[in-house]
Amino acid sequence: MMVNQLNYLKETASQTAGPYVHIGLAPHAAGFDIFENNFSNVLTTPATRGERIRIEGRVIDGSGTPLRDVLLEIWQANADGRYNHPADTQDKPLDDSFRGWGRACSDFESGLYTFETIKPGAVEGRHGRTMAPHINLWIVARGINIGLNTRIYFSDEAEANAKDPVLNLIEWEVRRKTLIAQREERDGEVVYRFDVRIQGNNETVFFDV
Amino acid sequence: MNRSSDQYGEFYQRDRSVHPPAYAPDYKTSILRSPKNALISLQNSLSEITGPVFRQDELGPLDNDLILNYAKDGLPIGERIIVHGFVRDENGRPVKNSLVEVWQANAGGRYRHKKDQYLAPIDPNFGGCGRVLTDDNGYYFFRTIKPGPYPWRNRVNDWRPAHIHFSLSGDGFAQRLITQMYFEGDPLIATCPIVRSINNEEAVRTLIAPLDRHAFVQLDSMAYRFDIVLRGRRATLFENRIQGAK
Repeated sequence: MMVNQLNYLKETASQTAGPYVHIGLAPHAAGFDIFENNFSNVLTTPATRGERIRIEGRVIDGSGTPLRDVLLEIWQANADGRYNHPADTQDKPLDDSFRGWGRACSDFESGLYTFETIKPGAVEGRHGRTMAPHINLWIVARGINIGLNTRIYFSDEAEANAKDPVLNLIEWEVRRKTLIAQREERDGEVVYRFDVRIQGNNETVFFDV
Repeated sequence: MNRSSDQYGEFYQRDRSVHPPAYAPDYKTSILRSPKNALISLQNSLSEITGPVFRQDELGPLDNDLILNYAKDGLPIGERIIVHGFVRDENGRPVKNSLVEVWQANAGGRYRHKKDQYLAPIDPNFGGCGRVLTDDNGYYFFRTIKPGPYPWRNRVNDWRPAHIHFSLSGDGFAQRLITQMYFEGDPLIATCPIVRSINNEEAVRTLIAPLDRHAFVQLDSMAYRFDIVLRGRRATLFENRIQGAK
């Protein structure tokens, strides 16, 4: 059948970030100093509003081995639940000292990654439904052909989590818990533990966003 | 029609046929690093249509010049090239202010990375990374040394074609993309298991940058043209509001 083609462009194909992703995205981790200003895993400045938290964990492959060459990025709203982006027109205050984005690499020995950030407020979801506080996480590494998207929710937000429209979209209730970071307090510091299991038992839920 | 609300609709569904699948067994590392479960599809909310905003003053003046940004006591060795192009969305609109980050090996195929053990030497005057923000037309350019191919432990005699890694921030977190640019005419492209992870000839072709003679600097540098397409966004013609549907 003859059909006229619509001339939308096609998205450029993804490729793995490879084992040396640090050179471009975190040169200090690769072992050298080049840029004056480096992006990092610390999202806060002293002026940032909100509860300071640390997120830490490991990304684990199908054999149970942590990835030691993984790069992670987070994107989140501020303490009042507003994103620092012009498309977010919610009637909530912006925090100029908080971009809401950071980048971390796992440790080459232990595989542990960390972010220093604040706990985000709840953001309005589709059709006026409120989403539980969450952080958007994106993962790339050698062996990962296209970045994996997931979300981090918080164990001390059980009530909000129970109503969250995205968690409720996961029909296998048993899988929802893979997105809940566990809160602990360590030397007065609030730490949320979030391990990502790429494959196998308790595999983390990944989204096609 | 209100262009400003129009500008921030949801992104088109990602066309997975242009991308490599997570599990691509000829690229061996993907075997244990690919999810077994299907991805769960999500309609865009504010969390996906927004993303980090970067500013020009966060970058240094030599950040897009890999020939000079790590030069210590001379110039790096290798073919001097310019790489340039446009970042557009699927509608053909320019993606402005997108952070483009690049990294690569030196002319001999050696990376400046503490985990790279390949016996080709480090170039003391070459770092191998750079970054630039696209302008209002979605245009970017940087200058570098053409990277060499290098061997890697996949099958015992696998060699990567010459390539430059690219990372793009786009305008929403759902546009986030990492890819690799290859060079026109490189015979290693056809046999590379990472390239072949894409089961779509047309999509592979768009990763191969043609030589761009018009952009050469005479008696100085050759040039390659690499255009990039990020996901497009839907105009909110009828109510399907991401935010504030009352």
